[in-house]
Amino acid sequence: MTATEARPEAEAPEREIGRERRRKEDQRLITGRTRWTDNIQLPGMLHLAMVRSPFAHARITSIDTTEAKQSPNVVDVVTGQDLAETQGVLINAWPITPDQKTPTHLPVAIDRVAFAGEIVAVVVARSAAEARDAAELVDVEYDELPAALDLKEAAADTVLAHPDLGSNKSAYWVFDSGEAGTGGNVDEAIAQARESGGIVLEREYRQQRLIPAFMEPRSTVVDPTGEQLTVWSATQIPHILRFALAATTGIPESKLRVIAPDVGGGFGGKLQTTPEEWITVALARRTGKPVKYTETRSESLIAAHHGRDQWQKLTLAADREGNVTGLKVELLADLGAYVSLVGGGVPVLGAFMFNAIYKFPAYHFAVQTVLTNKTWTDAYRGAGRPEATFAIERLMDELAAEVGVDPLEIRERNWIKHEEFPFTTVAGLEYDSGNYEAATERAKEMFGYDELRAEQRRRRESGDPVQLGIGVSTFTEMCGLAPSRVLGQLDYGAGGWEHASVRMLATGKVEVVTGASAHGQGHETAFSQIVADRLGVPFEDVEVLHGDTQVAPKGLDTYGSRSLVVGGEALVKASDKVVEKAKTVAAHLLEASADDLDFSGGRFTVRGTDQGVAIQEIATAVFAAHNLPDGMEPSLDSDATFDPVNFNYPHGTHLCAMEIDTETGALHMRKYVCVDDIGNVINPLIVSGQVHGGLVQGIAQALWEEAVYDESGTLVSGSFVDYLLPTSADTISFEVDHTTTPSLTNTLGTKGVGEAGTIASTPAVVNAVVDAVRHLGITDIRMPCTPERVWRAIQDAGSGTEATTGAAAPHFDASTGMEGTVDRTAGAQDGAQQ
Amino acid sequence: MIPAQFDYLAPTTVEEALAALAQHGDEAKILAGGQSLLPVLRMRLNAPEMVIDLGKITSLRGVRDDGDAIVVGAMTQHSVVGSDPLVAEHAALVSKAVEHLADVQIRHRGTFGGALAHADPAGDLGAPALALGAQFVIQGPGGTRTVPAEEFFVDLFETAIGEDEILTEVRLPKHTGWGAHYEKFVRVAHQWPIVAVAAAVRLEGGTIAEARVGLTNMGNTPVRAHAVEQALVGQPATPDGVRDAAARAAEGTNPPSDLNGDADYRRHLATVLTRRAVLTAAGATG
Amino acid sequence: MVRINLTVDGARVADDVEPRMLLVHYLREKLGKTGTVVGCDTSNCGACTVHLDGTSVKSCNVLAVQADGGEVTTIEGLAQDGQLHPVQEAFRECHGLQCGYCTPGMIMQSVDLLKDNPNPSEEEIRLGLEGNLCRCTGYHNIVRAVQHAAGAGASQVPGQTEAVQA
Repeated sequence: MTATEARPEAEAPEREIGRERRRKEDQRLITGRTRWTDNIQLPGMLHLAMVRSPFAHARITSIDTTEAKQSPNVVDVVTGQDLAETQGVLINAWPITPDQKTPTHLPVAIDRVAFAGEIVAVVVARSAAEARDAAELVDVEYDELPAALDLKEAAADTVLAHPDLGSNKSAYWVFDSGEAGTGGNVDEAIAQARESGGIVLEREYRQQRLIPAFMEPRSTVVDPTGEQLTVWSATQIPHILRFALAATTGIPESKLRVIAPDVGGGFGGKLQTTPEEWITVALARRTGKPVKYTETRSESLIAAHHGRDQWQKLTLAADREGNVTGLKVELLADLGAYVSLVGGGVPVLGAFMFNAIYKFPAYHFAVQTVLTNKTWTDAYRGAGRPEATFAIERLMDELAAEVGVDPLEIRERNWIKHEEFPFTTVAGLEYDSGNYEAATERAKEMFGYDELRAEQRRRRESGDPVQLGIGVSTFTEMCGLAPSRVLGQLDYGAGGWEHASVRMLATGKVEVVTGASAHGQGHETAFSQIVADRLGVPFEDVEVLHGDTQVAPKGLDTYGSRSLVVGGEALVKASDKVVEKAKTVAAHLLEASADDLDFSGGRFTVRGTDQGVAIQEIATAVFAAHNLPDGMEPSLDSDATFDPVNFNYPHGTHLCAMEIDTETGALHMRKYVCVDDIGNVINPLIVSGQVHGGLVQGIAQALWEEAVYDESGTLVSGSFVDYLLPTSADTISFEVDHTTTPSLTNTLGTKGVGEAGTIASTPAVVNAVVDAVRHLGITDIRMPCTPERVWRAIQDAGSGTEATTGAAAPHFDASTGMEGTVDRTAGAQDGAQQ
Repeated sequence: MIPAQFDYLAPTTVEEALAALAQHGDEAKILAGGQSLLPVLRMRLNAPEMVIDLGKITSLRGVRDDGDAIVVGAMTQHSVVGSDPLVAEHAALVSKAVEHLADVQIRHRGTFGGALAHADPAGDLGAPALALGAQFVIQGPGGTRTVPAEEFFVDLFETAIGEDEILTEVRLPKHTGWGAHYEKFVRVAHQWPIVAVAAAVRLEGGTIAEARVGLTNMGNTPVRAHAVEQALVGQPATPDGVRDAAARAAEGTNPPSDLNGDADYRRHLATVLTRRAVLTAAGATG
Repeated sequence: MVRINLTVDGARVADDVEPRMLLVHYLREKLGKTGTVVGCDTSNCGACTVHLDGTSVKSCNVLAVQADGGEVTTIEGLAQDGQLHPVQEAFRECHGLQCGYCTPGMIMQSVDLLKDNPNPSEEEIRLGLEGNLCRCTGYHNIVRAVQHAAGAGASQVPGQTEAVQA
């Protein structure tokens, strides 16, 4: 190995960060050469079918599996009793208070079921079809119990979801700026506003229940052959899954290998440790054979966790000019039947975000988490922060209406000015950077704000049947979960660090191992760009490995917009260690002092000379190890574990124009502009994709999606016929831009982007809807803003806030068995009168 | 996701199909395009012992001109009906309704006769068929009979087709030169209509000489809005001319209440959508 | 069991199948065509879209026995001689996918759309894909990808079979 001549400047690799690199992941995804969990077939593999409770709350009186066991090719039929010693238990990682009531959550229920969809028995058969056939033959008898369904009624303990707990109230968690020393006393602020003729707004908003509805149904394969038990699962969290399985089943962690292969979306919905995973593990161990379980969409909608589901009671105090003096937030949060992995932590994550981008002098937050007999809830894109952002951004529009100024004006009066960063908020967070003025100015310009306001006036004055509304949302979020010390203070059961390894291969290629396991985010591409820049190697030469606990043994996985800002930083640190080690070798090979070396474009050069050596050459030299500095370990490979010291705080201004057909209530999105400040961008293409997708999920909460239960606790919106995901024909093209204030909390200056669109867009849309009809006396329309709600609000000149009727239309032939729940008689009498 | 076991026959003639139906009786289910039946089987909402697939009976496919009517074979796919020039010329209302029925893939498989025989009151074909006065040709062991649309739709998912009979073709009386429009109201594109209105009008000068209006999802069967039709005659094809007639659209209807809207909202929608459908059919806007 | 014969991605195959077997399960389980996936049980999502005798269908809504004698093209048969189909290329170029689960169906439907309408407007694209759900992209870049493919003449390069050209 000899040092080579320095190459001409032109050949230096182009900087990768900031390039619109096409994704490395795509080749296999666009050609169908993918490895989804359900694709896995192993010799002798057995298949599971679940028997699920049709009742929301019932005692199991008997289970007869005799007939099912005689069904062709059935290997076993088991009940919770059969698995009592081996099935383990599902954990809650975040008990938000020491006295939190947490019902025991068994994978297969034994005595009692607490929601419709809970598993009571499992069939193991040689094919999935035969397992399903036998599952139909399992005879379960239930004694139905009264079910706690409505959140407010459940909070009053009228019916108990878990009678043995004595109350549905799981935990009560409070943050008070007066007590924390981060601000004043909110009750005093409210009292003063009342006494001094200021403004006190009292509002109650409903965060409807949503379903993450990732496109790939969950699937788990467990292979018990071999020394380690191998678990493939469609999960966001292979590392947490491995830990929790070990902690609750008695299997040593070292005997467990968890693999998340290609995973088809998550959005928080696969941030869970699930009964189905525990059951598949238990039955693979019981049978000694590889076992697979893949859920149907119907099963996914009733059993995979749901999101949101809060009542938000809000009191905002301000002076006559609209300067906010205090905000009080009282939440009820529906946990569903069990306290899930993050559970009550979801609303707690929102506690720090109600004050948003504003300088509120006083703030009080309290959440009561409540158990009900419905599907459990947990993280869904944004997890707590969309709920908070919705509430405050709706309130700021209401405040603007009260004061009689433009919604942007009221925000400007209250927001943190760019020269005031870093800024410690009333919730106790230190915002490191941001520029709300710049993002807002750019968004207004792109939107044509003044022109659209003028059109709105014209339509109002002419009494146009189609009215125009403009909605504003100026959001921020805390992302990059999370500083471990903060999580510890909040009683979360784990840390928030991330791990990375960078391995220089003998051929000069680079293997990068990350603990952040992707499921659509494009880590393989973005992380390659970071490492390519850091090491000065070609983008194509970097291979990113993830999602297998034997390949990536340390990690805390992907959620909370953390992969880039936490996982990416770990990569930077590991890469820098590689460079440091390589530098020692370079100095040795170049016979120069390390202090005289420069590193740029993948080459070490001796300052003031044309002598240099490429990092790939050093990798080969280290592999050969023939000529290394005395005592040097022959390896450049490096690890880093990064624990952030602070969150980071992307922000943005979103503007939405909605047209409302006042005759029918129909809603049409006319225009959507967003300008987000997410710090430095690694790959603009991936970022725009995250924004578009996030926007539609947030817009869908505003307009379409809702998990509706009927009076008996059956999920009515239990298929894609009734749980309305928008299609391409229901959405529009977006106008997306960025302003940039680099984050100061990581080397690359990046901020999270995964959740931004979702967090910001929901209030922008609802504000636009309300704005379109505010002149008709309307101050609120409940989500989802259906045409019917809008129409009723217009009819009543009030709030369109009635709950959704719990009935699904029977679109499949009744004579073939699908009865539906639609009321086809209610209209009869009225109709006869006409 | 996986249907229960069933036996399967794919006859190549109607006679063979009728024989199979006679043999298996109510244990058999007819499979046309399968776009509604297969989800039912997959979710195990039903488990017939025998499925009789009409897909190989080529005589049931196609569109032909038969004097005063356009005849659509029961097994003709929606996409074929939707792009058929005879249907477009003489029964444009059907073309319009098919255009946005379900989605492209379902229109490629789903059949005209299958959808009508399924008789979902939210289905898109019932109202236009009713409005145009379609005749349903039904074949059974005793031969062939023809049932007018008013008698074909009996109740929710129930038609005049007997258990031992098969719908073979649908005769659409020619409405050549009529303006037509199908106004469909949905929350998301892939939904069944919350309410839809099928309207066809014949103009003389700027005046409506004749009108045909059918309503989707306003009762247990498709509904013919006779009151609207009568009130439209002689009216100018203008928003003011049509408004009062359209306001009668919900008369005598019995719409459902469900996730997407209560009955009173549907009644209101029917009036607005009828006005719009008629005006668009007449080439006016409103 | 019923004997079926069909052509899948250019290869002739014959199998005995239960009548209840869905085409998508036949493709995945019998033929190993796991590029085609299942996303729902009500035929809403379109993830399982393949071409049957030249037109797009939801393969979860077709029985394998119904496809007897037919010609099926899946996402795995779209590229020819190692060359990506222009629609595949466009999805990558325009970042029209994230997790990739809806992508096979989305691409197969886009190919069908462009076959019928080589120069679709944005609205025509959006309506043409209404039977395919995506949860990641917000559809924005999928629409761009179809526009890009249209510009690149995707409709001039249909799949490998005569049926697709019919």
